[in-house]
Amino acid sequence: MTENLLTVTGLSAVSDREGGMPVLRDVGLTLKNGGVRGLVGESGAGKSTIAKAILGILPRTVRITGGWINFKGRDLLSMKPQELRSIMGSEIALIPQDPQTALNPARRIGAQLADGLKLKRDMSARTAEAHALQLLADVQIRDPDRVMKSFPHQLSGGMRQRVLIAAAFAVEPELVIADEPTTALDVTVQKEILRLIRHMQSARGTGVLFVTHDLGIVAQICDSVTLLYAGKVIEEGPVRNVLENPNHAYTKALIAAGPRYDRPDAGLEPVPEAVFRELRQEIGIS
Amino acid sequence: MIAVSILNRLIVAAVTLLGVAVIVFVLLRVVPGDPIAMMIAPGASPADIAALRARYGLDLSLPAQFGVWLQSVLMGDFGTSISLRRDVLELLLGRLPATLELAFAALIVALAVGGAVAVAGTLVRRTPLEPAIDAINGVLLAVPDFVWALALVLFVGVFIPVFPLSGRIDPTLSIDFLTPFYLLESLVRFRLGVFFDVAAHIVMPVLALALPLATVITRILKEALLEAMVQDYVLLARLKGMSEMRLVLQEALRNAVGPALSLTGVQFTFLVGGTVIVERIFAYPGIGNMAIDAVINRDLPLIQGLVLVFGAIFIVINLAVDLLAAALNPRLRHG
Repeated sequence: MTENLLTVTGLSAVSDREGGMPVLRDVGLTLKNGGVRGLVGESGAGKSTIAKAILGILPRTVRITGGWINFKGRDLLSMKPQELRSIMGSEIALIPQDPQTALNPARRIGAQLADGLKLKRDMSARTAEAHALQLLADVQIRDPDRVMKSFPHQLSGGMRQRVLIAAAFAVEPELVIADEPTTALDVTVQKEILRLIRHMQSARGTGVLFVTHDLGIVAQICDSVTLLYAGKVIEEGPVRNVLENPNHAYTKALIAAGPRYDRPDAGLEPVPEAVFRELRQEIGIS
Repeated sequence: MIAVSILNRLIVAAVTLLGVAVIVFVLLRVVPGDPIAMMIAPGASPADIAALRARYGLDLSLPAQFGVWLQSVLMGDFGTSISLRRDVLELLLGRLPATLELAFAALIVALAVGGAVAVAGTLVRRTPLEPAIDAINGVLLAVPDFVWALALVLFVGVFIPVFPLSGRIDPTLSIDFLTPFYLLESLVRFRLGVFFDVAAHIVMPVLALALPLATVITRILKEALLEAMVQDYVLLARLKGMSEMRLVLQEALRNAVGPALSLTGVQFTFLVGGTVIVERIFAYPGIGNMAIDAVINRDLPLIQGLVLVFGAIFIVINLAVDLLAAALNPRLRHG
């Protein structure tokens, strides 16, 4: 039996800004070693909140009211700050959403890639540079020497996202949290980036928690999926089961709402209001 | 690319200086007051006065006077001071270094103090210390340089005399300077005794000029730092385990100096303007102090020369700020 890399149990949180409104309701999810789990939901469903809770970067206005986040047998929520600091950025890494803002505009790519290697893997400046060069080649950047010396504004969005993927995998983490890493990109670039993440994680056996609102992306890259609505897990399971044989009316409606490449005239049906009503009743919100 | 834009700036600078020259020239001759009246002995005959007028070219028409003056300025001849009876260019070059030393020392102090307070304020953000820093800075922001000067005279000069209150150097020190840059020269030649004396003399006017600028720098830089600190690249760097200090200095500061820098440039020109009154208060022998005397004496050639020098300083500062901003911001540099 494979040990779970990440187990979230009964995670609940409220937003103080919205008068103590629950943003996570008793959320549970697991991620196997080397697995890719999609975390899906519409805006405000709580998928990013879960990601931030794992990384320990929740905004001050969001308060965790219960639950555990078990990473490799230890609860992240009860860890001391310095223990967390040693895990974050080395055992758990983040691929951020927007490659425009995630690279420092005033520093060269090479220096930014080397940071993590120097800080988390105790490399000398020279080793880190050689390693960074190799990493850029790994993420299929054609001219790594030039990119090392470039500033972020000299690269395209897709290139920047490749650099960020390289930076995330640079520290050889066991868990990578990908926070909607393709939302800000062109559709054509999206596909390459998805393939790249899949390639990097399978070559290294890294577990990936993939936050997205797009079931199509889930179908391409994930092997299991958790679907959230209003901070509650609505449906969960292997991707194939959930997409082909959904249990919940909301999941079915969502799948129907997505575009169908084989039948362009079908699909794009908005989720019926009745489904939402039922859903809210089930969760217990008015 | 850069060469062309510098050339453009130089042309604009020349036009600006010409405009300054015209305005000053006309203004000085339109306002009431007669420089000749300040010079003549009581009981001079009208013929003497007319002769004097002709000698200084004051009997010509206004455009003709301007033409004569501009032509000689372009040849490097700024005329003769009416009150000091000496060559204007020589007077300016003798006094300018004192003011440059004062202004740049004040700029460095302002950058150091303002920058340090901004970084400290960013490090203690979201603690009760932050509003305290903001409040004190906000109050000090409203204090102009001459009030600082008077306060400094009162507290550091009279109540607890620490630093000398007037002049540039102890007159009893044997002076054999090769250049008029006393502070710089004594440091470079490693004459520490002289250096400390010159430095002690400059402390008070430097503080009076630097503190108002420092509060502005703090305000702007801290704002820009706080904005940078919530960017994703700072978050990622924090996840990599960078210390707060390094996050502020390495990640945020370089992106925050841009906006702070251009404003510092504008404010630095105000500082140079402030030397006029601050040099007067501390009897510091720079061109600011000289300007007040020149105006009192209606010394037209000297005033014109001084205004041109101030105008040139402003233009150089603005040009330097733009170049520095381009050097610091890779996006501007690569166009």
